[in-house]
Amino acid sequence: MMITVKGLRKAFGTHVVLDGVDLNVAEGAIFALLGPNGAGKTTTVQILSTLLRADAGEVFIAGHDLNREPEAVRAAIGLTGQFAAVDQVLTGEENLMLMVYLRHLERSKGQNRVRELLERFDLTDAAKKPVSTYSGGMRRKLDLAMSLIGNPRLVFLDEPTTGLDPRSRQTMWQLITELAANGVTVFLTTQYLEEADRLANRIAVLDKGKLVAEGSPADLKRRISGGHVELQFADVAGLDKAVQSLGSAIRDDNALTVRVPSNGSIGALRKLLDQLDSAAIPVTGVSVHTPDLDDVFFALTTQPDKKEVTQ
Amino acid sequence: MSNTVSNMAYSITDTVTMLRRTVIHMLRNPVMMLLGTLGTPIILLLMMYNLFGGVIQSNALTSSSYINYITPGMILITVIYSTGMAALRVNSDMTQGVISRFKSMSISRSAVLNGHVIGSMLGSLISVTVIFGLAYLMGFRSAANTFGGVAAIGLIVLYVTATMWLAIAIGVWSKSPEAANGMLYLLYILPFFSSAFVPTQSMTPVVAWIAENQPFTPIIDTLRALLMGTPTDNRAFIAVAWCIGFGLVGFLGARAAYNRSTNQQ
Repeated sequence: MMITVKGLRKAFGTHVVLDGVDLNVAEGAIFALLGPNGAGKTTTVQILSTLLRADAGEVFIAGHDLNREPEAVRAAIGLTGQFAAVDQVLTGEENLMLMVYLRHLERSKGQNRVRELLERFDLTDAAKKPVSTYSGGMRRKLDLAMSLIGNPRLVFLDEPTTGLDPRSRQTMWQLITELAANGVTVFLTTQYLEEADRLANRIAVLDKGKLVAEGSPADLKRRISGGHVELQFADVAGLDKAVQSLGSAIRDDNALTVRVPSNGSIGALRKLLDQLDSAAIPVTGVSVHTPDLDDVFFALTTQPDKKEVTQ
Repeated sequence: MSNTVSNMAYSITDTVTMLRRTVIHMLRNPVMMLLGTLGTPIILLLMMYNLFGGVIQSNALTSSSYINYITPGMILITVIYSTGMAALRVNSDMTQGVISRFKSMSISRSAVLNGHVIGSMLGSLISVTVIFGLAYLMGFRSAANTFGGVAAIGLIVLYVTATMWLAIAIGVWSKSPEAANGMLYLLYILPFFSSAFVPTQSMTPVVAWIAENQPFTPIIDTLRALLMGTPTDNRAFIAVAWCIGFGLVGFLGARAAYNRSTNQQ
């Protein structure tokens, strides 16, 4: 096991962020911690990367006790935080060389490694330019390259593609996949089921500081069983009638919508609309959604801001 | 034992790495650097001398010329401005997540802040030299003997160290550059209510009381006495005590804030 976590707890004042989290990440795996904003993903990464002390819990990383041997843990990991932690004043190459010096690598070996990473991350042309001139995608790539100096066995990626354009996201996914192919264990956090699905061989779903599910992407999707249909109504009266008629559904009184679990097939859609039609409930809009993070949470958790109605 | 030695060796190489980074930062933007650290002090020196020099000299309490009177205060003010730039540099490290990266690596904990402090101190001392040079061109002449000169340099270095740590603490502590600037403003404004430009005796009672009891006045008076070769009396002890106090608060505050910091959004 590259990471073993038992009973991890953290609170900021009275606000409990992590409420007893257990995790096991195998060596060489791509592990995704999936959850919405505020679930505790960043806090988990900060604790595991030695930036933050947990209130309770046992953590072993690469065979080292996080509390007793933080330096040994630091030597084994690379961290790419949520916001590209690159030096804007320095050039891309200087940023990488800074990491070479701080990792106490031999200068010539370090220079070779820097050249290789610039090449692999397609940053060679921009190597001598200050990072302040880089695009968001380039910064994120440089950030990842910086955490790879010194060949860490484990890399933490906190929301590696948040805020990136689709193309940069594809590139990032590619790089992460290659990383794992080279034997590096990857621990990433994400808000996107699609991302976890594409990259990870193991996903843990975090909600309000607790793990609500863990398994392979296939396991999780089996539990979600398809996406949902969202129905739009003109008024609350329509919404009320629809909820009564449909049975299991999630209503959103502000948006005047009802969300019904569905596989999204034409047959299921027709049946749903027929049912509303026969009850004389006018529907003003329909949209079909493939499974996303919301569906995961619909399936696995209760959401306080939306009322669940089961009759 | 060998572990301790290698830790110390790493601590030095890491500090040198961070120091080099600070120096590159200062050199990469020379215009900003010069304007930010020397612009205001130079304008202030020229303005004070040319606007008020004549008036003040005609009512002079002492035989020394006005440029001799204001140079020590101007040195202190110059240092404040360069520490301000240092505070903003360290603050941008904190707020942009670079520090989180350093903290997640196996590098000496003290190296990051020490690199900032030492690099910025070198910048400060260069600024001080420039202001001394300008004051010399405007007629400043020191009457210090060797001991006085060495003591004056010692006091300046002590003062630079102390204010630098204080400014770094502000930079580490503040959640944004705006917040850092707000706190630094107190440092910027304090020397104006001191004996930097006029003797405290000439001030209204309230301002004179503030001036007499704030840290800058004894430091300025001591530096002036050392440079002019006049007796320093017990204000020298008060000056040194203030510097050590500043420095300790800054050092401990910066370290505490650095260790506790994580990039919480």
